[in-house]
Amino acid sequence: MTVREKLRQKISAGFYRHGLLCASYPVPIIVFTAVCILTCCYPLLKLPLPGTGPVEFTTSVRDYTVPSQEPQGDPGERPEWYRGPPVAYIQQVLVKAAVSPWDSKLVPVDAYRSPLGRVFALLEEIRNHVHSDSSGIRSLEALCLQVTDLLPGLRRMQAVLPEHGCLLVSPGNYWQNQRELFDSDPDLLKTVHQHEPKGLHTSATLRDLLFGVPGKLSLYSRKRVVTYTITMALSSYDARFLSSLRSRLKQLHPSVNCSLREDHMVHVHFKEEIGIAELIPLVTTYIILFAYIYFSTRKIDMVKSKWGLALAAVVTVLSSLLMSVGLCTLFGLTPTLNGGEIFPYLVVVIGLENVLVLTKSVVSTPVDLEVKLRIAQGLSNESWSIMKNMATELGIILIGYFTLVPAIQEFCLFAVVGLVSDFFLQMFFFTTVLSIDIRRMELADLNRRLPAEAGMPPPKPGPLRPRETPPPPRPSPHTITLQTPAFRNLRLPKRLRVVYFLARTRLAQRIIMVGTVIWIGILVYTDPAGLRTYLAAQVSEQSPLGEAGLPHLGVAPVFPGGDPTSTLSVLPAPEPTPLPENQSQGHGPPGPAHAVPPIPQISWGPEDEEVWRRLSFRHWPSLFSYYNITLAKRYISILPVIPVTLHLSPQEALETRHPQDTRHPPPPQLGPPPGPEGTTLQTDLTLYKVAALGLAAGVLLVLLLFCLYRVLCPRNYGQNGVPHGRRRRGDLPCDDYGYSPPVSEISPLLLRGHSMDIECLASDGMLLASCCLAGQIRVWDAQTGDCLTVIPNHGLRRSSSSGGWEQRDGWDAVGVAEPESLGGVEGLEVGGGLLGAGGARRRVIPSRPALFGDQPDLTPLIDTNFSEQPPSQALPDSGFDFGGLVERAYQEHEASPTLAFPPSPPPPQQRRRSLGDPPILPPERPASGPPDWDSSVWAMELRGNLIAAGRSSGKLELWDAVEGSLRCSNEDGVSGITALAFLNNRIVAARLNGSLDFFTVDINKPLGLRQYRGTPGRGSMPPSPCYSSEDVISCQLTRSVQCAHQKPITVLRAAAGRVVTGSQDHTVRVYRLEDSCCLFTLQGHSGGITAIYIDQTMVLASGGQDGAICLWDVLTGSRVSHVYGHRGDVTSLVCTTSCVISSGLDDLICIWDRSTNIKLYSIQQEVGCGASLGVISESLLVTGGQGCVSFWDLNYGDLLQTVYLGQSSEGQGVRQLLVLDNAAIVCDFGSELSLVYVPSVLEKLD
Amino acid sequence: MADTWKVRGGQEKGGSGLAPRGPYIAVITNRTVNLLIRGVMLFSVGVFLALVLNLLQVQRNVTLFPPDVIASIFSSAWWMPPCCGTAAAMIGLLYPCIDSRLGEPHKFKREWSSVMRCVAVFVGINHASAKVDFANNVQLSLTLAALSVGLWWTFDRSRSGFGLGVAIAFLATLTTQLLVYNGVFQYTSPDFLYIRSWLPCIFFAGVITMGNIGRQLAMYECKVVQEKTHQD
Repeated sequence: MTVREKLRQKISAGFYRHGLLCASYPVPIIVFTAVCILTCCYPLLKLPLPGTGPVEFTTSVRDYTVPSQEPQGDPGERPEWYRGPPVAYIQQVLVKAAVSPWDSKLVPVDAYRSPLGRVFALLEEIRNHVHSDSSGIRSLEALCLQVTDLLPGLRRMQAVLPEHGCLLVSPGNYWQNQRELFDSDPDLLKTVHQHEPKGLHTSATLRDLLFGVPGKLSLYSRKRVVTYTITMALSSYDARFLSSLRSRLKQLHPSVNCSLREDHMVHVHFKEEIGIAELIPLVTTYIILFAYIYFSTRKIDMVKSKWGLALAAVVTVLSSLLMSVGLCTLFGLTPTLNGGEIFPYLVVVIGLENVLVLTKSVVSTPVDLEVKLRIAQGLSNESWSIMKNMATELGIILIGYFTLVPAIQEFCLFAVVGLVSDFFLQMFFFTTVLSIDIRRMELADLNRRLPAEAGMPPPKPGPLRPRETPPPPRPSPHTITLQTPAFRNLRLPKRLRVVYFLARTRLAQRIIMVGTVIWIGILVYTDPAGLRTYLAAQVSEQSPLGEAGLPHLGVAPVFPGGDPTSTLSVLPAPEPTPLPENQSQGHGPPGPAHAVPPIPQISWGPEDEEVWRRLSFRHWPSLFSYYNITLAKRYISILPVIPVTLHLSPQEALETRHPQDTRHPPPPQLGPPPGPEGTTLQTDLTLYKVAALGLAAGVLLVLLLFCLYRVLCPRNYGQNGVPHGRRRRGDLPCDDYGYSPPVSEISPLLLRGHSMDIECLASDGMLLASCCLAGQIRVWDAQTGDCLTVIPNHGLRRSSSSGGWEQRDGWDAVGVAEPESLGGVEGLEVGGGLLGAGGARRRVIPSRPALFGDQPDLTPLIDTNFSEQPPSQALPDSGFDFGGLVERAYQEHEASPTLAFPPSPPPPQQRRRSLGDPPILPPERPASGPPDWDSSVWAMELRGNLIAAGRSSGKLELWDAVEGSLRCSNEDGVSGITALAFLNNRIVAARLNGSLDFFTVDINKPLGLRQYRGTPGRGSMPPSPCYSSEDVISCQLTRSVQCAHQKPITVLRAAAGRVVTGSQDHTVRVYRLEDSCCLFTLQGHSGGITAIYIDQTMVLASGGQDGAICLWDVLTGSRVSHVYGHRGDVTSLVCTTSCVISSGLDDLICIWDRSTNIKLYSIQQEVGCGASLGVISESLLVTGGQGCVSFWDLNYGDLLQTVYLGQSSEGQGVRQLLVLDNAAIVCDFGSELSLVYVPSVLEKLD
Repeated sequence: MADTWKVRGGQEKGGSGLAPRGPYIAVITNRTVNLLIRGVMLFSVGVFLALVLNLLQVQRNVTLFPPDVIASIFSSAWWMPPCCGTAAAMIGLLYPCIDSRLGEPHKFKREWSSVMRCVAVFVGINHASAKVDFANNVQLSLTLAALSVGLWWTFDRSRSGFGLGVAIAFLATLTTQLLVYNGVFQYTSPDFLYIRSWLPCIFFAGVITMGNIGRQLAMYECKVVQEKTHQD
């Protein structure tokens, strides 16, 4: 074991140093690696490109013998496949025939009818040719390749291709080699064309097979020369027979100016053809390979550029494979395996695992380390497993090597070299790329973090935050960064998404482009226009082969007038010799060259030497395949062609003419330039037609697409550059192609009226109550945003004498402030509404001047008082007697003097609450202070049309929300009410001293229920109690739990008949609402409770100052799960059926899987907005930001939309966020409320 | 149920970080429906592999240019792919079931990439058996046996997997023997009674592969079941 440990340490240390090296010098190392790869791949240049093209080998005809089966010496000269006899010897007789001189009486059909007719005579000649010498008599029958049956699938070819006997093909096969059929055929062209396949084709056509020369040129030649071949396949080679045949044919049909080389035979070797049958497994393996790569690279996570790293990983594997092949070639091992076939297996064997392991390991190192150290640590952590894996794989492959099967051995060899080079590349290339990536990410991280850190107060001062156990290191799931717009994906309707996808990828253009390219490729390949032939001719002219014969261009001008006739002396052909045997060329004086362009001219050039070269390379395989003979991995020998020249007289052409020939061809000849021009014109015309049709189709397509675009795309597509009032921020949600959704979709409704920051928000769906620092409560219609009621500060008469209360307020506040022993500023703030957050990190509102500067700010209050509340003045002053109120307030305050400066239990949801601080005992307040101004509203709830307000003085008040009148008040408690819950007809109030009071609201209805709320049209009323103004409402304390908690209760939530309280004493208590009996005391947090969530389904979650989140079972009181999620307090908690959403003081919103407690992802919030979040539906999350709210898809963590609340809201963060029933969101920022309706988002999600 | 639940939970934790909850999986909450879907998926995979691999086997005896190439894909009897598919579905469902019965959840390499690798190696083994020229049948069979065991070691490493693989391979070989004996079909050059001697190895590798796929698919079901339990 010690050896192993030692080895392990050494390896680890080595990897560590290597990691340091790689991270320190990334660029030189990458350059070095690139050089290595290129060097190793250099030998690959020598390898032939993969393909199925045939390979040729040329030997001389003279001393040809059938190569022996055994490989012979001097392997350098003859290729490996040149062994044994060929499948067949191919002898072609190339016939060029022309009617000369051309007669104007002749119709175009004549140009090929009689020349073609001569094929039968030639065939007869060849078949009957017998060579006899000492060794016996030989005929074609004995030598030729005997074929038996056509493949059964080729019935349509049956009539045309020879079915038995010699494989001898010629154009005569169209007419079953019978002259009579030919003569009686009214339309030769039709006969030829009827066998053409319709549409596009890739293999050799029947016409090519029979004519033996490619393309249409043979029929529509401008030269009016008909070219065809008679092709025979011989099974054995008999030089004497062939030479006698050659000489016989030459003698019969001499070709005068023919200087074709006849001394070389070409052996053509065909590689294995990949058929569909083989392609399917191959494609399958490739599909599996891609799936493997996809699933592997999908795991790369938490890096700056995921795709960059995935690409690097793939590059690593691929180049290691190339290197392996290159190295093997360099050391003399030539690959014999089919590269395309074994490639996927090689990739799979080498694998991407190491790369992924490496990435994971590096990424999981502590983030705060230096990049170098992170890389080094990550490497050394995984070094042992990497080495072990590599050794295992090498071992397995070595075992494979000893199977002694050549193919497997070769595979293993490649795999071993590939593995080693892959290791090399991983260590050098990939590690370096990873270090660069990590560095980039850290830079980005730094940029993002800096403002956040700067905005945060220094981390919790030690003495204030006693922490029993340091939170365990946080797991590090991926964090969604909001910085780059590219990361923000919009959730759009499907229709738009499809269109955007099309637009983004330019799919239509690409498909059209690819289609065009393929089409052109097919055109070139199938060659209807003779392009390939033309190119081949060009190439063969320039090739060294062509130099042997006469240069083609040189031939043409020499014999232009070789024909005796001219257009001037048309009719009488001077010597119309009927016997072709005697016919020769060059008779008669050369005519004037300029006058006779259309004279048929037979010339033999070097391009005629190897006519078969211009055929498709599939020509021979397909010919033989018809007879079930494969040429794969075999070869054929092509003998030099026998040239035959036929000159036919016009008389002969006229004689053989079929009666229908004269009327069949459309006579397009226009004037003097007759036949050939006409035919070319015809073809040109069809070409133009096709071009015009194509153009029209293209235009139509464009129009169609344009219409589609107009229909589907929004109007402002692509106009994101338009300066828009709200869209000037850098981090607008844009998707990849820069399209921003129109802002008008969601427009926030601003509710203004409060003069100071809003503290409490409460709503029951229809009404909305807000309370600001000034103690003013406003009630709004949650649907329309109208301000319904204003309830001014407690103790002030909300009446027309507005100036009076305001002044009193001010002056009395000063009066308060003067005797204050505390700081003057705080005292003044009290006058403004309160909040002696003694020592609390309360946000100071900068724009808010001290008291006396307040006058202009308060004017809206006055105005609204006047304008909006006329009806309330008419109401009888029931229960709102000013004098009585003042009186009571006085008494109350004298009774509870200790509560003047409560230790900062600011309203719930307040960020940066100072709950961490031990409650400071309020200083003794001088009893002489005026009573009422400082009893501010700390908690507020709204049910039906009753507002329950808990005040700092411990007083519970019930206000009528519509009328703005105080309906009831209860002063049983003396300690400030920190939290309220209003459920059914019960109110639960949590007090600062840790006691919990249960109140019952009793209604005595004299007249019955009347609905007051909302506009009459609204249908969906929540089933909350409504009280008419005539009701007498009383609020009675039913039970008071004196020592519910040891310390102030911070959170109170009620749902499903349970009341849950959380306190600073680290415990959560569950009470039953009906009998206010304490069911459970839940212990498990190591800090004060800061957030609690409970809903109708009895899900209970709590979050504390220790950053922990606990899920509880309400029925049993047991803890279901416990996770640490935040650095600092958990500020709010929401659960959905599948996940838990928490936000903390670290401005992070984390989404946890409820069942597995795994953090799914987290969202970095803007500073100061961490606590504001809400869930609209099961999958829609709303978070507040700086002057905006953002909508997120909970399932994916995608940002759906960001709505900006106002123009001047830059500095204001959304601190509270309330989700109403009707899919509206209310949030406060500063002194304004904003009402946002999100129907559009909802309908998209549903 | 409580036991299986726990087992599933453990299995879940093994690989849950890798398989993000897809929206479509969440839809499948019904257990039977889930089982059905898994079965259908496994069946189609089995049919597909059977067709492709059969093509590989047949290919060697096929001439280069068969008259209609498409027909050679279905060159085997019609009942062959469905049989393979059914077997694949059974094996794929059996593996996770046995895992949970034995109480030893399979935690080794629970990732789709690993499964893909396994499938690729399986196809490779078939490829080798069809294409590589071996000196004799014993060598071929031994090589394939080694490769199959290597496959198990690389991707499975569970005793239950090995046992099940061997058992099913034995059964399948026996079935094939019986079929051939009764003349339903035959091998061109049988060297082991009536069949090829490498057949058990191929069966074994196939069982391991399908088991791997089945286990991976079952992980989704675990997730769904778990979620449901939590909701209730």
